[in-house]
Amino acid sequence: MVMIGKSVARKDAWEKVTGQAKYTGDSQEGDMLYVEKVISPYGHALIKKIDLSRARQLAGVKAVITGGNLPLTGEEIRDRYPIAYKRVRYHGEVVALVVADTPKRARQAADTIHITYAPLPVINTPRQALDPKAPLIHEDLGQYKKISKVYPEQGTNIANRTKIRKGNMLKGWSESDVVVEESYSLRPSDHAAMETRCALASIRADGKVFITSSSQAPFMIKRLISEYFGIDIGDVIVTTPLVGGGYGGKASVQLELLAYIASRASGGRLVKVQNTREEDMLTSPCHIGLDATIKLGCSQKGKLKAVKILYLWDGGAYSDKAVSLSRAGAVDCTGPYQIENVSCDSLCMYTNHPYASPYRGYSHSEVLFAFERTMDSLANKLGMDPLELRRMNAILPGHTTPTQVLLNSSSVGNLPACIHRLKKLMEWEKGQRIDLGNFKVKAKGISCVWKTSTIDTNASSGVILIFNPDGSVNLVSGVIEIGTGSKTILAQIVSERLKINLEKVKVQMKVNTQSTPEHWKTVASRGTFMAGRAALQAADDAISQLKHLASCVLRAPVEDFEIGGERVFLRDDPSKGLSYKELAYGYTYPNGNAIGGQIIGRGHYVLRHLTPLNPETGAGKPGPEWTVGAQGVEVELDTREYTYRITKSISVIDAGKVMNPKMAEGQITGAMSMGLAFGGRETFYFDDLGRVMNPQLRTYRPLRYGENPEYVCEFIETPQKDSPYGLRGLGEHGLLGMPAALGNSLSLAAGVHLNELPLLPELIWRKRKGADEGDLL
Amino acid sequence: MKISKDTYQKITIKLKINGEIVETDIHVSDLLLNVLRDKLGLTGAKPGCLNGDCGACTVIMNQKPMKSCLLLAIEAIREEITTIEGLLNSTIQKEFVNHFAFQCGYCTPGFVMVSHALLMNDPNPDKKTVIEWLSSNICRCTGYQEIEKALYSVIKGGNACGLKPKNTVKSNGAKKTDETGRLN
Amino acid sequence: MISFDFEYYRPKSIKEATDLYQNLASRGGKPIYYSGGTEIITLGRLNRVYTDAVIDIKSIPETQTWGFHNNELITGSALPLSIFNEKNYFPLLAETAREIADYTSRIKITIGGNICGQIFYREGILPFLLTDSDVLIAGSKGVKRKPLKEVFDQKLMLEREEFLVQLATKKIYMEMPFLSVKKRQQWKTGYPLLTVASLKKDGFLRFAFSGVCPFPFRSEQMETVLNSRTQPYEERALASFDYLPQPILNDIEGSNEYRLFVLKNTIVDFLKKFEGDENK
Ligand SMILES: Cc1cc2nc3c(=O)[nH]c(=O)nc-3n(C[C@H](O)[C@H](O)[C@H](O)COP(=O)(O)OP(=O)(O)OC[C@H]3O[C@@H](n4cnc5c(N)ncnc54)[C@H](O)[C@@H]3O)c2cc1C
Ligand code: FES
Ligand code: FES
Repeated sequence: MVMIGKSVARKDAWEKVTGQAKYTGDSQEGDMLYVEKVISPYGHALIKKIDLSRARQLAGVKAVITGGNLPLTGEEIRDRYPIAYKRVRYHGEVVALVVADTPKRARQAADTIHITYAPLPVINTPRQALDPKAPLIHEDLGQYKKISKVYPEQGTNIANRTKIRKGNMLKGWSESDVVVEESYSLRPSDHAAMETRCALASIRADGKVFITSSSQAPFMIKRLISEYFGIDIGDVIVTTPLVGGGYGGKASVQLELLAYIASRASGGRLVKVQNTREEDMLTSPCHIGLDATIKLGCSQKGKLKAVKILYLWDGGAYSDKAVSLSRAGAVDCTGPYQIENVSCDSLCMYTNHPYASPYRGYSHSEVLFAFERTMDSLANKLGMDPLELRRMNAILPGHTTPTQVLLNSSSVGNLPACIHRLKKLMEWEKGQRIDLGNFKVKAKGISCVWKTSTIDTNASSGVILIFNPDGSVNLVSGVIEIGTGSKTILAQIVSERLKINLEKVKVQMKVNTQSTPEHWKTVASRGTFMAGRAALQAADDAISQLKHLASCVLRAPVEDFEIGGERVFLRDDPSKGLSYKELAYGYTYPNGNAIGGQIIGRGHYVLRHLTPLNPETGAGKPGPEWTVGAQGVEVELDTREYTYRITKSISVIDAGKVMNPKMAEGQITGAMSMGLAFGGRETFYFDDLGRVMNPQLRTYRPLRYGENPEYVCEFIETPQKDSPYGLRGLGEHGLLGMPAALGNSLSLAAGVHLNELPLLPELIWRKRKGADEGDLL
Repeated sequence: MKISKDTYQKITIKLKINGEIVETDIHVSDLLLNVLRDKLGLTGAKPGCLNGDCGACTVIMNQKPMKSCLLLAIEAIREEITTIEGLLNSTIQKEFVNHFAFQCGYCTPGFVMVSHALLMNDPNPDKKTVIEWLSSNICRCTGYQEIEKALYSVIKGGNACGLKPKNTVKSNGAKKTDETGRLN
Repeated sequence: MISFDFEYYRPKSIKEATDLYQNLASRGGKPIYYSGGTEIITLGRLNRVYTDAVIDIKSIPETQTWGFHNNELITGSALPLSIFNEKNYFPLLAETAREIADYTSRIKITIGGNICGQIFYREGILPFLLTDSDVLIAGSKGVKRKPLKEVFDQKLMLEREEFLVQLATKKIYMEMPFLSVKKRQQWKTGYPLLTVASLKKDGFLRFAFSGVCPFPFRSEQMETVLNSRTQPYEERALASFDYLPQPILNDIEGSNEYRLFVLKNTIVDFLKKFEGDENK
């Protein structure tokens, strides 16, 4: 293989380092109107009165829009008005929009809108929401329109319940000699992509709706705008240029609806809605929170026997993607282990928090924090090496997952190999907890990870390859370039298959839903698998067209042709052949006659054999394969003040096949960085009114340079047999085990159970203080 | 000097950007970032927070990095501004490409500018200085290791100055004049 | 984006500035002195600051002074925080200033803005509180010079039309032993959990704090306790807490209890550094 496995430079490199790369917010047109939002200052309140009188009179104001007369929206349950109507359910919820000819005028007008609220009691945790006496956030839950695979419970705050019932719990507990039970909690936090969300919309006189959006899901925008507002789906045309980071946060459809509504209210003119950082954190969907309780049992020897799990997701005020997240959390509700008896209830709870969108790892890092911390507690109680406990229970081909999928050597990677490698890299035999003296303790913590995708069972991806007259080829795919480099990998695949120089594969970065074949959503680490399959098919389609044309021109059977060096030639006599250039636009004979036409390769792919989960047992096949890995973190804890330094962070991931080593490393280390920040420091702080106290990057703190540890990243390659070159998804996996590994290392270092996130020094101090039962002051 | 307010009355100012004098109409309360992006079409500097926290809007002013969201355009009169559009083929840009020092690319102009400014001021900075300067910016995609490698490869290569800003990019819609910016 | 507009003035002299202020105010306007402008811009964007005229004081030569005159170090109020490390005349100030915000922002944030701003950490004042500095304040009646101590209570007590021009610090203080430590929970950039600065003068330790209360302060009562040589360090630290002003901050940077815990450790460390290990 020439192109596969090589660290070729990214196709988007030069535009990105020169500032020429264009993102949604960079577009600016003379006749554009600007939309500013009025957002709720309360977590939960009735809207008593809205005074728009001044706003409407200000110069330059084109429209002032409030709730009412808008459809309910939501991907699975339609429970949310795009603009709040009569009641707000979270801090930051949109209450009104102002459209004006300049951003300043829009903002000024928005600031004159006076709203009278009557605050209501606030639900600040999912456990509170579960209390039968808790106020209801959606009284009409039972009446909302919904898809069939979601199970809201009327009269409660439960938006969805997923049940996993595998094996026989009684048997499981009776075989368990050692049992631990612990609870965990983590509050919602944020994706904090550097580009805040932005959407543009215009409506043409013929009814066509044009949206441009910084989105991971332009095809979903197209579908939902069509459904919500009754527009022919082909008349909704969504464009997405480069996206400045998403991490799942841009997979939800929200600002696009506001842009559409604002344009509609302004005679269809082009409008721009851009979030401020504060709005991006408050108003737009956030990273889900979780409260969990896990009871885990094993035999004397450490063989896992039974687990009972309760996951209470903090889905926030609306169910949009949160119900799906809670389902994904049930699918892989345990760590990557063979456990015969599993009972799990995963509940998506309504609270008065910003609502949730996917976050890199789609519920897995949260679940793994709880589960992998429990594994360490169990190992501790058993007096067993936590790495050994994991190794002996590692999931293998022949085992079944919680949703009872029987795994084979293609559908699951090689976890024992990952553990083995991690052990070496962490110098495990040198000890897990080392006292360095001078109030410093070094400790190592680990976590195993796995993940499958839980996307729609009929999600599809398409690729078109359009030849240029010089024999080069344009690659058109609906995958969004959000930084993962997927389009460069697709180019590598096409280059490899067509045996064409990589420079000759021209990638279209922008996606336009009218001219780009659909790629369901750029999420779930499935871009390179699904679009890769489609790209291979498109390349084969093109090759077949090239060969047929050559067969005709050179009067030889199609089967006798071979490709290579950007030519089609006869296998037994390579000197007889035609270059791609001669065939790209059909073949023209010396006398001017021509046959064929432009070569256009086409390919598509849909995941096969996926099924929804059984509502009673959870049995079903949610995704095609499980990527596995083992991760570790080394910390140095200051035992006086409990600050710590993360010295090293290690990932060993079974990537199936590493397509572009540098990009793969970049994905893994970037994800580790995000996971460490999520585990160590990032959270929303809520006050009693449900208000987020830190919606700015000054007080919400991603990692900065100099705070990062040394990253070590290695790969195992166990091919997934039905994917291009055997690759497996890995965009999210570097993140998955980081909070757990960090929690495990710090728990060991401090000698207390740290079961909450984020792992701030104050938390460790508080736990230590509790443990010492004395006043440390 | 006085610049008068009339809420929607604009004033005309001259700025020196990427070696070129440009004239543009602004409101007094306009940030340099907005003027660069909305008036001059120089969209390389990005808004990430408008609060001085993220560094995505970083430009170089008088050889020093400057967050263009923390500066009124009016304060930039008579100052030498370089934006990412004014750098072409600098060593640091090449090394960013070679080391995959970006993913989504949104933070990249800011990181390139702060790195470039650092190298202009100190071609051989020590570790502490590098951390001090670069921690002014946030990258959410990478683990910073790649950015670090890109920067250190320039430092080690000793070619911090293939660096002189090249003033090849012209700003849109800007009238040229040949004198330094003065208020009208 | 700042949604409201304002007039912009850039006076070249102190008198021009104060006259402007008076004129604008007497016309019923809401003028404001503008130094680095970062707070006016970032809070203005959120409507937490409003003005209809800014008076940018950066072009007034006195606000740009940085150097020694007659055995005093003069610190102009419009100097950016970054300059204190570039020309390090006052090591304690350099060290304290270096921890405020981030490098690039320090090129814009000024010492006067930091001291007079509403973001209550105002860490830049600590070195001046410890060094018996004077402040030069310009107002309608010209420039007055006052001991900082007399005009600083939680913040600089200025009349509306007044602005801080300079701080003056005797040169002898530049040579005294000092410590300045900023503690944050788990990051290296940003607001403090707490900042403690200390200076040893004639064998006596002085202490000033930011991030402990919603204002910076120096407490002579605490200093008396902290200098009582007969007591062990930890006891001194705890005893000094009796004189802590109230309230102790209890917010997203850390709870009040945790702050006191860290404060105690920090003070003990300071005492150790100044006075040596206790057991010796
Ligand atoms: C990214 C960032 C991080 C920050 N981190 C910290 C931190 O870690 N610690 C900390 O202490 N602070 C921090 N701050 C706050 C910062 O120090 C203050 O906001 C400070 O006010 C900014 O100074 P400036 O010169 O830009 O002020 P300006 O915006 O010019 O002025 C602020 C206020 O002070 C008044 N003022 C300014 N100069 C004078 C004067 N000479 N006389 C009278 N009044 C005057 C103005 O009228 C205005 O009300 C941070 C700010 C930013 C932007
Ligand atoms: S936009 Fe200027 S620092 Fe973030
Ligand atoms: S590359 Fe995406 S934020 Fe840095």
